[in-house]
Amino acid sequence: MSDGCAAPDQDAALPASVDIEKETVLTGTVVNDEGELVQGAYVRLLDGSGEFTAEVVTGENGQFRFFAAPGEWTLRALSRFGDATGEVKAEQGLNETKLAVSR
Amino acid sequence: MAREDVLVTADWAEENLDTPGVVFVEVDEDTSAYDTGHIKGAVKIDWKDDLQDPIRRDFVNQEQFSALLSERGIANDDTVVLYGGNNNWFAAYAYWYFKLYGHQDVKLLDGGRKKWELDARDVTTEAPKREATTYVAQPLDWDLRAKRDEVEAAIGAKNLIDVRSPDEYAGRLLAPAHLPQEQSQRAGHVPTALSVPWSKAANEDGTFKSNDELREIYVDEAGLDEDKATIAYCRIGERSSHTWFALRELLGYEDVKNYDGSWTEYGSLVGVPIALGDEPGEK
Repeated sequence: MSDGCAAPDQDAALPASVDIEKETVLTGTVVNDEGELVQGAYVRLLDGSGEFTAEVVTGENGQFRFFAAPGEWTLRALSRFGDATGEVKAEQGLNETKLAVSR
Repeated sequence: MAREDVLVTADWAEENLDTPGVVFVEVDEDTSAYDTGHIKGAVKIDWKDDLQDPIRRDFVNQEQFSALLSERGIANDDTVVLYGGNNNWFAAYAYWYFKLYGHQDVKLLDGGRKKWELDARDVTTEAPKREATTYVAQPLDWDLRAKRDEVEAAIGAKNLIDVRSPDEYAGRLLAPAHLPQEQSQRAGHVPTALSVPWSKAANEDGTFKSNDELREIYVDEAGLDEDKATIAYCRIGERSSHTWFALRELLGYEDVKNYDGSWTEYGSLVGVPIALGDEPGEK
């Protein structure tokens, strides 16, 4: 059985099998009003048409990571501290975004 | 079947944490979530270690399922309330197992772990204490499970619902976007399958949409033929359990099967038809 569809550990280093030269990685952190990293925030990736693509839960370092493709994406974070939305124009390689959640 | 017979609210759950005969079960892929805090009294089921056969590519059989539930202290007449992460994907997957093996009273906690956390409701790290039982599972109900030949025969004949993301459906991606994209099988979808991503059935907080909204999504927008049988599939069969739940348990369509082999099997079969792109394609 292959790995499940659920999200891998978001704080782990990029797996060695991931070729950053070829992959388009959207990554970043979720912070609250105080600027503190938010663990346990739900971050979802929506495609250019606003369609849900994937969702992960941030780990201790408030980090999230998606493997996507170049193009326009929306990041949406939900947490007990509030919500946030971010737009990303992703290019091949690492694309970093900070999401600040608030009520 | 009424919606409240199969789906309970977080409020209901909180009121019934200590009700005798009600067992909460957390089902996750990543069970470390359970260990950092779970609903009081909830027992843990690991979708892979507990629910998959360790050798063959198949899930646990009738005897293995009986042994699992006996060991976790779940009885045949218990009301089982399932919840989990990932918008209840794995809880819905386990719900499907409970139905496959004939459990009478099983429900999903609407919104699962996510809604519970976003509401900042209480969790505990205290391990539940349950006496072992002698659980007896029924023979597997094949009315709920589709195999690969049935899926190929359904092309152009039954409703096929592909619940993966639009990019996976079209063949632009082979796995959800939070997983690395290395895979060996072919991309695309089963010809004539309608694309209705599982997420359409859920609100942002992980709860299911209303029956009216669901009917509009599947019938009015996607074109599901209500007079035909339906087979749902995804990549490995748990996202499609979520849709199977929406179609059979919430909307009440009688002949709905989950194809748990899903794209990792179909996309690796030799000689079967595959459609690429955003359109369902021809038979």
